[in-house]
Amino acid sequence: MRGTMKKDLVIIGGGPAGLAAAAAARETGVEDLLILERDQHLGGILNQCIHNGFGLHTFQEELTGPEYAGRYVEKVRSLEIPYKLNSMVVDLRAEGSRKIVTVMNREEGMYEIEARAVILAMGCRERPRGALNIPGYRPAGIYSAGTAQRYVNREGRMPGREAVILGSGDIGLIMARRLTLEGAKVKLVAEIQPYSGGLQRNIVQCLDDFGIPLKLSHTVVDIRGKERVEGVTVARVDENLKPIPGTEEEISCDTLLLSCGLIPENELTNGLGTSLNPVTGGPFVNESLETDKEGVFACGNVLHVHDLVDYVSEEAAQAGRNAAAFLQGNLSGRGREIPLVGTDGVRYTVPSSIDVSRMNETQIVRFRVGNAYRNAYLEVRCGGELLLSLKKPVLAPGQMEQVLLKKADLAGRKDLKEITFRVRTQV
Amino acid sequence: MYDVIVIGAGVTGCAIARELARFRWKTAVLERASDVCEGTSKANSGIAHAGYDAKPGTLKAKLNLEGSRMMEALSKELDFPYRRNGSLVLCFEETGKTELERLRAQGLANGVEGLEILDRKQLREKEPGVSDQAVAALYAPTGGIVCPFDLTLAFAENAAANGVEFHFTTQVTHMEKIPQGYRLDTSRGSYETRAVVNAAGVYAGELHNQISGKKIRIIPRKGEYCLMDKSVGNLVSHTLFQLPTAYGKGVLVTPTVHGNLLAGPTAVDVEDPESVNTTREGMDEVFKRAAMSVNGLPVKQVITSFAGLRAHEEGNDFIIGMVQDAPGFFDAAGMESPGLTCAPAVGKYVAAMVRTYLPAQEKSDFIPSRKGIPHIASASDAERKRLIGENPLYGNVVCRCELVTEGEIVDAIRRPLGATTLDGVKRRTRAGMGRCQAGFCLPKTLEILARELGQDIGQIRKNNGDSYFLTGFDKDGL
Amino acid sequence: MKEIGREEKSVICIRCPLGCHISVELADGKIQSITGNTCPRGAEYAARELTDPRRTVTSLVRVRGGEYPVVSVKTAGDIPRDKMRDCAAALKEIVLTAPVRMGDVVLENVCGTGVNMVATADMAKAPET
Repeated sequence: MRGTMKKDLVIIGGGPAGLAAAAAARETGVEDLLILERDQHLGGILNQCIHNGFGLHTFQEELTGPEYAGRYVEKVRSLEIPYKLNSMVVDLRAEGSRKIVTVMNREEGMYEIEARAVILAMGCRERPRGALNIPGYRPAGIYSAGTAQRYVNREGRMPGREAVILGSGDIGLIMARRLTLEGAKVKLVAEIQPYSGGLQRNIVQCLDDFGIPLKLSHTVVDIRGKERVEGVTVARVDENLKPIPGTEEEISCDTLLLSCGLIPENELTNGLGTSLNPVTGGPFVNESLETDKEGVFACGNVLHVHDLVDYVSEEAAQAGRNAAAFLQGNLSGRGREIPLVGTDGVRYTVPSSIDVSRMNETQIVRFRVGNAYRNAYLEVRCGGELLLSLKKPVLAPGQMEQVLLKKADLAGRKDLKEITFRVRTQV
Repeated sequence: MYDVIVIGAGVTGCAIARELARFRWKTAVLERASDVCEGTSKANSGIAHAGYDAKPGTLKAKLNLEGSRMMEALSKELDFPYRRNGSLVLCFEETGKTELERLRAQGLANGVEGLEILDRKQLREKEPGVSDQAVAALYAPTGGIVCPFDLTLAFAENAAANGVEFHFTTQVTHMEKIPQGYRLDTSRGSYETRAVVNAAGVYAGELHNQISGKKIRIIPRKGEYCLMDKSVGNLVSHTLFQLPTAYGKGVLVTPTVHGNLLAGPTAVDVEDPESVNTTREGMDEVFKRAAMSVNGLPVKQVITSFAGLRAHEEGNDFIIGMVQDAPGFFDAAGMESPGLTCAPAVGKYVAAMVRTYLPAQEKSDFIPSRKGIPHIASASDAERKRLIGENPLYGNVVCRCELVTEGEIVDAIRRPLGATTLDGVKRRTRAGMGRCQAGFCLPKTLEILARELGQDIGQIRKNNGDSYFLTGFDKDGL
Repeated sequence: MKEIGREEKSVICIRCPLGCHISVELADGKIQSITGNTCPRGAEYAARELTDPRRTVTSLVRVRGGEYPVVSVKTAGDIPRDKMRDCAAALKEIVLTAPVRMGDVVLENVCGTGVNMVATADMAKAPET
């Protein structure tokens, strides 16, 4: 019987977050680390995102998903960071300061790794039809956009010939173009909100370029077809997002794609007893991207769903450096954690608290707003004092915002109880 | 020439087949779908009822009690999950208490053990998750939960292991009396048999009426359900019923035997025996009614909704027995709730009747037990290690949400009456039944199905007919 | 009265989330005026979009003997927008043989655009079974 494997740092997930975190940890001096990836390749979901538009921020050039992933895979290989593929973490628990990671794979069976630090980088999953409560039949031909993407882009197979897409998130928009360029007909994209969840660029280049209509404030209210999808009924919704009777329109199609939101995959995090933020579905983290379990860090879409992979990489690198500092004893013990609070349109913040004594000279705070705004201000306050006010021509729920906090602005404030983030609309 | 042909591979047909398998008959089950458990049996509450609902003296009352009493031992013999979690019939008004008393008395008359009326305080001690509105309840400790897929599969596999033939995608289109028995014309040729058992669910009336002058009427009664995530599966530990109405037992809230939370069903009579669609009204009704039973129904945790059709008989009882004007033709019709609970007893009951008509000896080599597929998710660490040691495929996780491995999926396909469709794999292994609803594992499962069946992934279906997943190759349409 | 060859077109800018609705006045295909933009990048985008719109096309090419049956490809530079479908269709009959390396030219001068189609991923040989 083999003894328990010991590692300084285990990174769960070999997608963009895990790769960037691992690289940064190694570059900060962590020797004994391991990436665990459940798929047969590193790179995660980027491997099936064959469209371009990645990397403008990180590499100052436009790359496709596989190319972007490829750069980080190359980096991980050149840094000789060990990784295991086809390896599923089935359990994660804490025993005192030790973290026990239980792994399963074909070759080695089931075994435990004892880690001093863990980085959570498991990514997210798509919201399925069931969670959307769409009435109707349950035939073949209903796919989440990502599943369809995998079929088209990895397997070279078409999930259908005529599609309706529900949800205007970026994956849905991207799939509208992909399906069209591969010979299918996309009849419509319906979005329940009065605004699109995707980037303007994708609406222009994925829908307008191909004459695909986008119907805002519309949703699917019925699915027909007992074996394969034969059609859907789309209806307008009112301001409470409830379908308006009499506005139904039947559309024949053999496929319904769903692009209705992503959910961080935190089943393992739950096992650790870490508290999750009900708004993001990800764990609460402090300025070091450390969860309420010391030595457990989180980054990427498992923490909160991002729209740009470039920011995932940046965030993950920060988690990697912090994990290294923790292992090297350079992350001082937790002191006074000042809560960061989103109000008046700011739905959440990551991090959700900040320890001024531990923070770097600057700290990126990321968040999303709950509504679409024009010509509004993002304000950061502590106590009654305005720390920061940024004019924002456009704010939208589909777009992550960020502000930079400066240590100099916060240090030395004895009355620091919380820092609030809010949207102020024009008076 | 067959001795006995069972029409319908739902839980009733399969339970009967398993009991027929004890005797020296040439027996076949004809099923129009591509798998067992494709009709009413796949979309129901999964409850093993205690037996207080039916009127004393009815067939329902007798078979329910017998079924409930058989379930525990049977679950060990045939290896399917069953748990006596106890059930509660809630009443929300003081005036309802007399009805609870009446139910209790009815249950006692039926022979149900341990029935108890709980007052407000006792109810909360027994079930802390119960809603504040509930004022009293009838407690039935013998009520239980069972997996309807596993129960049906267990019967079918055991029947097959004992020589019963299963012919799928074989729809009976016409039946005729012939001198030796009956000729059954099907979508796949004709069958001749001495005896017929009609266990055709919502179609049982139609089949019966082809052969008998004494017509019966089976009305498809739709029931919609919402299934919630395992994270809220422990909201309640008992099955919570509400006082019955004219349309049945009303909406229940129950943990499932696999740890989810289930709410439903509605009850709406429909024309189309295929209309298993869910509706906005139905789901709203489930939410509204279920919310009465528990505090804070976690509607945001719904992972899927589905609808089933119960085979409701006009006279509100099972019709089981040889048809008067059709010797050798046996009905097992009107098998709505508590049909699942009754199935084991119905099997024995029908087999005994067939034997009276068609004398036969018992097989000496009957195999009474059946072993299911190992489940990595519920296995202990030691068992997992052992299984992976024996077969590395048990170490390759395919469905993350339910922790189902390639080894289990391969088992599901290769075993007798193995899965040939995605739904077949899902019902046998739970792959794709979790919170992502097969978003991640669909491609992998399809690939394994194709590999094991020697087909292309384009040929793999969800379940029946034209339910193919893929329509062609990239650029076919260019 | 409208002069012959004179037209006004509008375009939504994609250079930032603002999404300005920009109007461009053209005469005989030449830009006369640009209004509605907030910044110079918008004017530049609108001008380009209305006179010579270009896109990168990403698609797939079949691979024989690879770990997966297709490999992803892109145009190595932007091509005229109205040639997107043709460029995808031009890949239909191509079958590569694994291994394929990221950057390999899959099709030269696709549809006469002067731009090559290149692989955007490695495709290893399928493991022997």
